[in-house]
Amino acid sequence: MRRLGDGAIHLFMAAWAVMVAFPLVWAVLSSLKTDQQILTSPWSLPDRPHLENWARAWEQASIGKYFLNSLVVVGGALVLTMLLGSLVAYALARYSFPGNRFLYYLFVSGMLFPMFLALVPLFFVVKQLGLLGSYPGLILVYTAYALPFTVFFLTGFFRTLPNEVAESAALDGCSHSGIFFRVMLPMARPGLISVGIFNFLGLWNQYLLPLVLNPDPANYVLAQGLAALSVSQGYRGDFSGLFAGLTIAMLPVLVVYLVFQRRIRSGLTAGAVR
Amino acid sequence: MKHGKYRFLAMAILPALALHVIFVLSPYAQAFYLSLTDWTGVAGQANFVGLDNFARLGEDPLFLSALGNNALMLIVVPLATIAIALFLASMLNLGGRRGRAEVQGVAGGKVYKIVYFFPQLLSVPIIAVLWQFVYSPNNGLLNGFLSAVGLDGLARTWLADGSVALWAVMAVMVWSAVGFYVVLFSAAMDSIPRELFEAARLDGAGRLATFRSITLPLVRDNVNAAFVYLGIAALDGFALVQILSVGPGGPDGATEVIGLGLYRNAFSFGQFGYASAMGVALFFLTLTLAVIAMRSGRRTKVEMA
Repeated sequence: MRRLGDGAIHLFMAAWAVMVAFPLVWAVLSSLKTDQQILTSPWSLPDRPHLENWARAWEQASIGKYFLNSLVVVGGALVLTMLLGSLVAYALARYSFPGNRFLYYLFVSGMLFPMFLALVPLFFVVKQLGLLGSYPGLILVYTAYALPFTVFFLTGFFRTLPNEVAESAALDGCSHSGIFFRVMLPMARPGLISVGIFNFLGLWNQYLLPLVLNPDPANYVLAQGLAALSVSQGYRGDFSGLFAGLTIAMLPVLVVYLVFQRRIRSGLTAGAVR
Repeated sequence: MKHGKYRFLAMAILPALALHVIFVLSPYAQAFYLSLTDWTGVAGQANFVGLDNFARLGEDPLFLSALGNNALMLIVVPLATIAIALFLASMLNLGGRRGRAEVQGVAGGKVYKIVYFFPQLLSVPIIAVLWQFVYSPNNGLLNGFLSAVGLDGLARTWLADGSVALWAVMAVMVWSAVGFYVVLFSAAMDSIPRELFEAARLDGAGRLATFRSITLPLVRDNVNAAFVYLGIAALDGFALVQILSVGPGGPDGATEVIGLGLYRNAFSFGQFGYASAMGVALFFLTLTLAVIAMRSGRRTKVEMA
């Protein structure tokens, strides 16, 4: 059997890295150029950083507004998901009561179905509740769809935690909710961080749910706004503005990733190994 | 204390349960019923039509091309992604210099791992808009690259050419998925005892032989899981196609996917019953995929001695 040379291996690995990174770097650089430069010399570096593109995308193209909408919706949904998900998971993992297993499978069954199946009825449920296009509506629906995996993951995690600390806290007269919030939740920190990272990214990048449930452009979240921007700025020929919007959307996540990269990678892959 | 226990349990479970029932379980259940009606969104006017919607699906040319496209994606995307990811992951872990007996990862592996993971962090709309510029016929990256290396003849209007549009979409799916699976497989390979590789090395096994008889069997579980996730993603493809492709779904149905047809029928045409039938079809496809994958997973499972 012929051996693959070390050089060839490096070449292939570097080639894939370039394929991944180049479009991203190119988009960031293009966001700093004028439309003229983008069209006539797409490969050159910007003559100077044209940060006015960013300002235009942030204000006129409403990327700033979409960004804040995303922060509110995802922030709210993340807090609610983690709170409700850890409560349910803790109750299911540490208490025995009739219907425990049934409830566990009821929650986890939510992972079995493609979201598309629910889309039509979900639209009417949200509409009838008067929550269409509102922050609370999106937050509640995001939470509901993030819960099955959160419950699944955290139930497994709470089961692995030792009993002794909770028992002695109970002997000291600590209430059930006291044990949960003051003893078990801090002990579950590694699991909470993993599933929190997983949920944040999933919710931040959610596109299908807001597309259907959030029709008012004033309330668009970032993913929606960007898709709309690509159509409107594309017609107007404002490519630099579009690249700036793209950069504003992807840079914060990439920077946070570069800081916490090990933790984020293990958090995101932890859910996949069951 | 007993009383307190049930009060705590109710407080812990009921809010989440309410959300789950209202927004997840009840829509899923309603979808099955709606798929058997001709509902167009007017309250109280849903007539039961039995399996008519499903019969109509079988004669809907656009749905059939969506089915064909999703089927092709189901074969190509997982295979290509897993092949590339397995190669990159095993090079990361074991591709280093082989002068000595010990086996090590390739130099700079950490940096590669960081970079490969980038697309996993980007939302599909970001990826789709980015690739519009890659595929743009006049000043896009891809055609620019081809002309720079003297392959102008290969340049295409990638997304407007029906013969390559679906492949262009699938390439984006592979591009964005590989990094995640490199990290997943690479973590699995890390947990394989080094001695196994070193023993194989001393026995004179080349990289390919080592990969086939040691690495692959021991990461089999992860590969199976990858097939399921990638298969489910390949049955979707909605967001990418909706933003990236012309039409969307075009040219002439070349990139149509089931989700796109569902979305169009429901929210553009108001054919909620018919759209729900597409959802039910998609559900059974996903279920079949998961069952097949689990069956084959059980058969090929290798226990580490």
